[in-house]
Amino acid sequence: MTAFGIGAVLLMITGLYSLIGTRNLIRSVIGVVLLTKSATLLLVIAGHAARQTPLAQALVITVIIVEVVVVSVAVGIILRLYQHHQSVDAALIRNLKG
Amino acid sequence: MATDILILGMLILAALAAVMTTRLLRCVIGLAVTSAMASVVLFRLDAPLAAVFELSVGAGLIPAIFLSVIGMTERLTPEAELARRREKLRIYWALPVIVVLVAVALAQVHLPGLPVPPAEAGETRTIMWNLRHLDLLGQILVLVGGAFGVVSLVKEFDR
Repeated sequence: MTAFGIGAVLLMITGLYSLIGTRNLIRSVIGVVLLTKSATLLLVIAGHAARQTPLAQALVITVIIVEVVVVSVAVGIILRLYQHHQSVDAALIRNLKG
Repeated sequence: MATDILILGMLILAALAAVMTTRLLRCVIGLAVTSAMASVVLFRLDAPLAAVFELSVGAGLIPAIFLSVIGMTERLTPEAELARRREKLRIYWALPVIVVLVAVALAQVHLPGLPVPPAEAGETRTIMWNLRHLDLLGQILVLVGGAFGVVSLVKEFDR
């Protein structure tokens, strides 16, 4: 496996661990961003291996735009939750419990 | 090869710093450094457009969004920060160990070679504007939807 592929997989593990381990909503979004970066890297690595780098770049640009919108909306939701509960700790936000 | 491993080491260290540090400000700085390193990797993989996009958005816009949120929320008290540090040490001690073990395991894996097409499909701009123009429409719709969502979510927070 190439060195860059290993790096992308390690980045994915780090993002997943962050997403699972934390209760802070801002840190959860950081975990999602790390996962998206890993997907971006894997897309370009696959495109490079298949000699389809231009297509991979077009897809990566789309992924980055979606990533920005996801982060912006998630941050807006976090701010609204903070306004109601004065906390960004998911465990303290009782309304989210099912 | 040595340069690649150095870049990847910095990428993973920055990602670990983004996840494991207690202060949110340092997390965001780690995330920005991760993006910068990822853009270097993209540049080395002959994807300069994606690298520039990743650098400007991942190391510029997204940290700015996170910093504005951190500025709008209150900082932890020193006691709460100490408790949080202990809790993070309990939760995240295994992460560097897992990362090293997985890296060593993946280094032993040899994937079979894939069939490679003979030539590239064309330039990125040709693909984006001629072949995947529906993607552009989707991007515009997602951006407009995101902008409306953010405006509706944030507008009452300022009052």
